[in-house]
Amino acid sequence: MVERRPLLTFTQHAVLIVGAAIFVFPIYLAFVASTHTGTEVNRGLPLLPGDQMQENYAIVLGEGLSTAGAPPIGLMLMNSTIMALAITLGKLAISLLSSFAIVYFKFPFRVLAFWTIFITLMLPVEVRILPTYEVVAQLGMLNSYAGLSIPLIASATATFLFRQFFMTVPDELTEAARIDGAGPMKFFRDILVPLSRTNIAALFVILFIYGWNQYLWPLLVTTDESYYTVVMGIQRLANSGDQLPQWNLIMATAILALLPPVIVIIVMQRLFVRGLVEVEK
Amino acid sequence: MSDISLRDVRKVYSGAEAPTIPGLSLEIVSGELCVLVGPSGCGKSTLLRMVAGLEEVSDGEIAIAGRRVNDLEPAERDISMVFQNYALYPHMTVFNNMAYGLKNRGMPKDEIRRRVDEAAVMLGLDGFLARRPRELSGGQRQRVAMGRAIVREPAAFLFDEPLSNLDAKLRVKTRVEIRDLQQRLRTTSIYVTHDQQEAMTLADKLVVMNAGQIEQIGTPIEVYERPASLFVAGFIGSPPMNLLPPSAVPSLAPASAPEHALIGIRPESMVPADDGPIALDVRVVERLGATSTIHGRLPGLESDVIASVPSTVPADPGRTMRFSSPGDGVHLFDGRTGRRLG
Ligand SMILES: Nc1ncnc2c1ncn2[C@@H]1O[C@H](COP(=O)(O)OP(=O)(O)O)[C@@H](O)[C@H]1O
Ligand SMILES: [Mg+2]
Repeated sequence: MVERRPLLTFTQHAVLIVGAAIFVFPIYLAFVASTHTGTEVNRGLPLLPGDQMQENYAIVLGEGLSTAGAPPIGLMLMNSTIMALAITLGKLAISLLSSFAIVYFKFPFRVLAFWTIFITLMLPVEVRILPTYEVVAQLGMLNSYAGLSIPLIASATATFLFRQFFMTVPDELTEAARIDGAGPMKFFRDILVPLSRTNIAALFVILFIYGWNQYLWPLLVTTDESYYTVVMGIQRLANSGDQLPQWNLIMATAILALLPPVIVIIVMQRLFVRGLVEVEK
Repeated sequence: MSDISLRDVRKVYSGAEAPTIPGLSLEIVSGELCVLVGPSGCGKSTLLRMVAGLEEVSDGEIAIAGRRVNDLEPAERDISMVFQNYALYPHMTVFNNMAYGLKNRGMPKDEIRRRVDEAAVMLGLDGFLARRPRELSGGQRQRVAMGRAIVREPAAFLFDEPLSNLDAKLRVKTRVEIRDLQQRLRTTSIYVTHDQQEAMTLADKLVVMNAGQIEQIGTPIEVYERPASLFVAGFIGSPPMNLLPPSAVPSLAPASAPEHALIGIRPESMVPADDGPIALDVRVVERLGATSTIHGRLPGLESDVIASVPSTVPADPGRTMRFSSPGDGVHLFDGRTGRRLG
């Protein structure tokens, strides 16, 4: 039932618009800053876009800011993408398989295994960062993509979510598949994974953003410029020693750093919105 | 030949105190539709699932087409099963739902297509092959589940209450379709239901189960006409058989009847007769159209006695009506063992 109450509708929209504006405003400011010259921005932030957009983005994408000790942003964007994708795909693969094992197989210490995984939820990267660094350093994985992503792959959240989902899949479906001659891995591939599509899409977004936004860990394990990620790159640009930070270029970098997660959200959203609409009963 | 035989099959669920099936033997002849009927929780599904290979057999032997199958995977037993909630793969089209088992067997594509098309035509699903299960009605989903069973061309069909998610009208219609299909295909079938009417109408062989044991095996008519125990007498037939102590109807009790005997008379065998030996004080008359069901009391008895009579027989609450029963309408049971006498 849609009620027709103009005042209510008006209030609802007003609240939504104000809320949206509050969220969008900083991003708008960043965009505006990225379209002016450095001096203009340092004099006081204008509120309307300027005419330096092309120049600024060309600098950021092309030559980079060697004065600030940062490589061209293209490389950093690629590093971030590789790291975020490796973390996302790694987490998805591991958590799908481990929850499949926990839900569908009887093995000794199954419950213990689950709770061990569950407890690691209480140990995010920041808490275990020093021992993890030590391990990664000993393994010679500093300054490598493996070092950037592998320590962040172990994940309890996704395992937990998939376990909960698998437990809602009716037993009869498993049994029908057994009668249809599908072995465990075939059942996993042909039935369980396609049924988890919606969950996978939603988790993909969450995990990609999680990986993309990693800051402290890349800062620790990379000293070689060619492995810098864009999020730590922004920080290095802002710390430009004795010069004034070039806010117009920093903001251009920030806007570019926003794009990949946004693209991922838009692409995946279609998938999981469709999934949500399609679900059985 | 694809008969199914169960020899001293036992089932104890781990953690359970008493066996769910304490030991049961049953022979199902090739081509026959055998219905297992019994109240909820009596172990019908357990038995069927053991035949399917979805549940371990604790003891005893199950053979399909002369081959011992106890240790075979469900897919190796040459059976197919129709589940109560259909268990269709929600993300696959109707075609793929039916084809999945065949693909897993490595059957050539054109053979799969031929079989699925044939089954689809047989079940009236030919326009729906590209749809997903959620785009189908309950009855259509049920037929897809049937189709998935048929395309395998198995030695046996196993049905676990396949109609109980349908509304009453569709249930009767689908029941007839299943009967027709089974008669055409002549595939050995085991059909589990708790609905005695469904059981009566479908069965070649009717197996009445109670608490994990077989109460009686026979054709539906045999079971109806000569129930082997009080349990069967009460379970098969609707409304259920009247069970009366001989003292309530002395003239109907054979002279040889022991004191603890019970006399059983089906409501349909109660014939209105002016000089009949059973005098009922009519309490309620239910008019069903062709027949009326009369609920009445015998003096000295706590529970109602029921009579089904043609609706042309005048019957009104408050009156006393007299009934007799033809000799073969009177059943005699031992009230202590529950078994039939004579
Ligand atoms: N997986 C199981 N574990 C333990 N007990 C079970 C299991 N499945 C069924 N039972 C028990 O076995 C009995 C028979 O169940 P079932 O075969 O499903 O009966 P029906 O199909 O005749 O209604 C019930 O008492 C039920 O509680
Ligand atoms: Mg059952």
